[in-house]
Amino acid sequence: MVTPSGTAPIVELKGASRHYGPVVALSDVDFACHAGEIHAVLGENGAGKSTLMKLVAGVVQPEPGDVLVDGHPVRLSSPRVALEHGIVCMFQELSLAPDLSVRDNVLLGARSTGLGFFSYRRMRDVRALLDRIGGEGIRLTARVRDLTLPDRQLVEIVKALYREPRLLILDEATSALNASVVDRVFALLRERRDAGLGVLFISHRFHEVEALADRISVFRNGRHVETFDNGRYGYGDIIQRMVGQSIDELFPPKASVDEVLGEVVLAVDGLTWNGRLHDLHFDVRAGDIIGIGGLDGQGQITLLQALFGVLRRVDGAVKIGERQVVPENPRIAKQSSTGLALVPEDRKTEGLIPELSIAANLELAQLGHDGPGDADFEALAAELELKCASFAQPAAALSGGNQQKVALMKWLALSPRCLLLADPTRGIDVRTKTQIYALLRRLASKGVAVVLLSTDHEELVHLCDRVHVFYDGRIVSTLADEELTSEAVVTASLDPGAAA
Amino acid sequence: MRIDIDALLPWVGSLVVVLLGSLVFPNFLSLDYLLTQAQIASFLGVLAAGAMVVILLGHIDLSVPWTLGWAAIVSTTLVGTGHPVLEAIAIPAALCTGAIIGVVNGIGVAVFRIPSMVWTLAVNAMLLGTSVLFTGGFNPRGEASPLMRTLASGDSLGLPNALWVWLVLSLALVWLLRRTSFGRYLVAIGLSEKATWLSGVATPRIAFGAFIVAGLCSALGGVLVAGYANQAYQSMGDPYLMPVIAAVVIGGTSILGGRGSYLGTVGGALFITLLTSVLSVMQFGEAWRQIVFGGIIILMLLVQNFRRGVQA
Amino acid sequence: MTLPKPGNPRELLALVCLVGMVALYFGTHPSGPTTYVMTIWANQATILALVAIAQFFAVLVRGLDLSVGAIVALSNVVASHLLSGSAFEIAYGTLAVLVVATICGLVNGLLIVFGRLQPIVATLATSAVFGGIALLLRPTPGGAVDYDYADAMTLDVAGVPTALILMLVIVLGFWLPLRRTGFGLSLYAIGSAGQAAWQSGTPVAGVRIGAFVLAGFFAGLAGLFVSFVTTTGDAGIAPTYTLNSIAAIVLGGVALRGGVGSLFGAIIGAFILKTIAALMFFSGLPPLAQPFVEGLILALAIAIGSVDVLRMRHRLEVFDR
Repeated sequence: MVTPSGTAPIVELKGASRHYGPVVALSDVDFACHAGEIHAVLGENGAGKSTLMKLVAGVVQPEPGDVLVDGHPVRLSSPRVALEHGIVCMFQELSLAPDLSVRDNVLLGARSTGLGFFSYRRMRDVRALLDRIGGEGIRLTARVRDLTLPDRQLVEIVKALYREPRLLILDEATSALNASVVDRVFALLRERRDAGLGVLFISHRFHEVEALADRISVFRNGRHVETFDNGRYGYGDIIQRMVGQSIDELFPPKASVDEVLGEVVLAVDGLTWNGRLHDLHFDVRAGDIIGIGGLDGQGQITLLQALFGVLRRVDGAVKIGERQVVPENPRIAKQSSTGLALVPEDRKTEGLIPELSIAANLELAQLGHDGPGDADFEALAAELELKCASFAQPAAALSGGNQQKVALMKWLALSPRCLLLADPTRGIDVRTKTQIYALLRRLASKGVAVVLLSTDHEELVHLCDRVHVFYDGRIVSTLADEELTSEAVVTASLDPGAAA
Repeated sequence: MRIDIDALLPWVGSLVVVLLGSLVFPNFLSLDYLLTQAQIASFLGVLAAGAMVVILLGHIDLSVPWTLGWAAIVSTTLVGTGHPVLEAIAIPAALCTGAIIGVVNGIGVAVFRIPSMVWTLAVNAMLLGTSVLFTGGFNPRGEASPLMRTLASGDSLGLPNALWVWLVLSLALVWLLRRTSFGRYLVAIGLSEKATWLSGVATPRIAFGAFIVAGLCSALGGVLVAGYANQAYQSMGDPYLMPVIAAVVIGGTSILGGRGSYLGTVGGALFITLLTSVLSVMQFGEAWRQIVFGGIIILMLLVQNFRRGVQA
Repeated sequence: MTLPKPGNPRELLALVCLVGMVALYFGTHPSGPTTYVMTIWANQATILALVAIAQFFAVLVRGLDLSVGAIVALSNVVASHLLSGSAFEIAYGTLAVLVVATICGLVNGLLIVFGRLQPIVATLATSAVFGGIALLLRPTPGGAVDYDYADAMTLDVAGVPTALILMLVIVLGFWLPLRRTGFGLSLYAIGSAGQAAWQSGTPVAGVRIGAFVLAGFFAGLAGLFVSFVTTTGDAGIAPTYTLNSIAAIVLGGVALRGGVGSLFGAIIGAFILKTIAALMFFSGLPPLAQPFVEGLILALAIAIGSVDVLRMRHRLEVFDR
C-alpha cells in the first residue's frame, strides 16, 4: 500500500491472526498506519481492537502473519523491541507502576534511560507537557498510587510522548477525561501529527473518533471490515459496520409504559462514602433496569461496591430487601433476606477464578447461602446457551463471553432480588451481548431489579429504563424516556457543569 | 477421580531411590527396613499434612518447629507430674496447645493481614522465648506416657502405630479437602482470595480454620516425636521445618496456593525420608547429603515446570 | 544531595524508633557511649544489616531469598580459608569470597527467572546446597582470618566504628547513585507492577536476575564481616540470619509484596533488631526472659505496622496489600 506522500507505512500487518486458546481474537487482518496521520480504529468491545494494538506494540506476536516496519518484515518480540522501532503504546490496562513517582514512571524504560544513570534534565519538558493537557495539579514527585484515574491517564499520555514515538498507539486513552481536558489532549495530538507523528487511536467512543481522526478503520469479530476517510459515512452507517446489524436487532424491546412497576427493592437515600461518593439518591423498583453511566472512574463502581458490602463505614439510608442498612460484607449481601448479587467488573480476578472448573466456580456463591440448595445449573446453562464441553472444564478454557455467562449464572442461581452488574458486556462478542441483554430484560419482567453500570452508551440508551450519569461521585444527570439519547448521555458525562 | 501427575512424581522418586539403594544394600527391599522408614516418614507426613493445608490457602506456617516443641513440652510435663488425670489429658492438652497457636497465627494473618511468612516467624520466636522462660533453657523434665510411646514406636496388625496415626489423619484430611465446603474454599482462596470473598465467603474464618488444622497437625507431630524420643528437648522441631515444606512442594503443591494434591504430599514425605535414609546409609557425610538433597529438589521442581511448560 | 526518600512513613517511623532506642541504649549502658561500646554494637548490627540488604534486593522484585543465610555461611567459610597470608593473598581472598557469593546469587536468579521456580522454593533448595558446600569446606568451626585485617574492619577510625563507615559508604556510594540509574528504577517498577514494567520496555528478566545477584553479593559481604568479627569460619550460622533478615526488612518498612521500601530502611530495621537485643542484655531482665521479650517486641512491632488494615475503608484494597 502506498500513502498519499508515497512512503511505506510505519507499521503494516499482513494476514495477521491471533488466537487465545479456543478464542479467535484476530483473523487474517491486513492493516497499515502511516506517519502524519491520526488513524482511528473503531469496533465494539471484543472486535479485536486491543489485540491489534498489542500486535503492533510487541506485546503479542501474530500466529500466523507478518509485521512490517517501514516496509521491512520484523519480529516485534517485546514492547522494548517495538520501542526501538519508534512504536510506543499507551495501554488500556494502565502501564504505570503504582509505587513509583510520576517522574520515575515517565523515565521508566525510556530509550534515554536505559539501565545506567539517567538525568532529570528533560523534566522541564515533562512538566510543560503535563501543564498543557490539564495536569497542572499533578506533582512530578507524587506517587502514582495516590492519583485519580483521570490524572493517571494524563501521566500515561505524557509518558508515551516522552519516548518520542514515530507511531503512538492510544488505547482508550481518554476514557476518564472530561470534555475540556479531552480538547487539550486532542489539540496536542493534532500538533504532533502535523509534525509527522503517526497516531493509532483506539476507542469505542464514536464522537471522539469523529472529532479527531483523519482515517477510520472498522473492526468486527476479529476482522478488518473497512478503512475509509473520516466524514465519508454517517453515524448510522458506521454503527451498522461496527455491529453488523442494526441497533434495533441488538436490544430487546423495553417494557411498555402501562406495565405496572413493582415495589421499591432498593432505595438509596443520601449515600455518602469517604469523599468518593456524595449524597446519592435513587430508587430501583422490581422490574426496572437502571443504568449507571459517566466517564470512567467517577464513582460508578464504588456505588455498586458500597451496596454490596465491600466498603466500610458507608453513610446514608439504604433500604435493600428487608434490610434498612448496607450489608456489612458480601456474605450478608447474598443471603436471601438481602438478596443482592454483584457481577464484578473484572471477570478474571473478581468475577471468576479462571483456574477452577466451571462447576467449582458456580458453587462458590451457592455455598453458605441460606436459600434453597441445589440450583438447576443445567437449565440456566441451557437458557444462557453456555458453550462448554462439561462443567468440569476450567473456566479459563472458555471464551470471554462464555466466562461472563458463568459469572452471571453463579449469581442467578441464588435468585437475587436485585442484580448489580459492572460493565457485563465489556470485551465480549455481539452474539453474547444480545443474549445477555435479552436475559436482563427477561429477569426484569420476572420482577428482578437490575442496576447496570456500563461504559457503552448504546447499551445505556437502548436497554435501560432510566440512566443516572455520574461525575466525581455525584449523580449529575438522570435521563429517562425521550430525554434518554446517546447525545444526552455523552453531554452529561463530558460536561457535567452544563448538564447540571 | 483425577490424579495429578505432579503428585506421582515423588512416588516414582521414592521407588527409584529404593531400587537404586537396593543395588548397593540388598536389605533396602526388606520389609523391616521399609516399615522402619514408613514409621519415620509418618512423623514428617503428619507435619506435612498440616503445612499443606496452609500452603493450599496461599500462606505458610513457619511456627511448625516450636508448635511441635511446645506440644512435646506440654505433654511430657503433664506426664512427668505422675498424676494419673494429668497423664490422661497429656495428648488432648498438647493438641489444644497446637490449636491455640493456630488461632494466634490466624489473628495475625486473617485480621491484621500480616504476611504469614513474617507473622508465623514472629510467633515461632515468641514460642521459643516462652519455652526458654518455662524450662530455664534446659531440656524439660518429664517423659512420654505409655500411650505416646506406643503411638510412636509400637506396632499393631504388623504395621507401626505411627503409620496408622498418619493413615487415619490422612483419611480425615482427604475428607476435609474433598468433601467439605472448607476444602473448596481453601483452594478457591489460594487461587484468588478477592474473587472468593466477593462470592460471599467469610474468608477470614477459613484462614483461621486452616491455621488451626496446621497447629493441630504440628502438635500431633510433637506428641509422636516426644513419644519416640521419650522426652521433649530444646529445638526438637527445628530440623523438621525445611523437610516439611520440601515434602509439600515436591508433592506438586504450589507454594502460591490453590493447587496441590494430598497424595503428592504423602509421596513427598516418603521420598524425603527415603532419600535421607539412603544418603546416610551410603555413608554420605552431612555436607554431601545436604547438597544432594537440595540438588534433587531443584531437579524435581524443574521437571514439574518443564512438564507443565510442554503441556501449556 | 537528597536524603533517602521521605515517601515511606513506615521507614520514617522506624528511624525515629531506632534513634530513641539507640539513645536509650547508650544512655543506660554501664560504661556509657564509649567507642568500644559503640564498636561492639555497630559490628553486630552491621552483619545483620548486610544480610538485610541482601534480602531487601530479593524482596524488592517480589522474591524472597531463603538462601541468604547459607550464602553468609559459605562466604564465612571460604573467608576462613583464604583471608590470611600476604597482602596480595588477602586481597585475592576477599575478591574470591565475593565472587563465590555473587555466583550463588546468580544461580538463584537463573533458577527463578529461567527455571521459573518460585523464589521461596528455589532458594530453600539452594540454601541446602550452599550450606552443604560450606559444611564440606569446613566440617567443624575453625580456620583463621588475618588479625590485622579483621581489626581494621571491626575497630574504629578516629572514634567512629569502621562498621558504621561501611554502612555510610554503602548508602552514599552505592544506594543513592543506584536510585539514579535505570536499573534501580526497574527494580522498583518490577516489584510494584511487573506487567507494567515489561510493557514500559524494561528488561524484566535481566533486572530480576540482577536483583538476586546483588542479594548474593551483599550476603557475601555479610559473610566477610562475620569473618572479621569472629575470625573463624563456621558453616552452622545460616538459619538465624535468614529469618532475622526477613524480620529486619519488615521492621524497616520494606513491603514483602515488593516495590516498596529502601536499602536505608533495611539497614534501619537490622539496627533496630540488634539494638533491642543489646538493650535486653543490659536491661536487668532475667536472662531467661530475654528471648521471650525479644520475640514479643518483634511480634508487636510487626502487628503495629499492620494496624492500618483495620482502618482501611475499601476492603478490596486490603487484598492487594
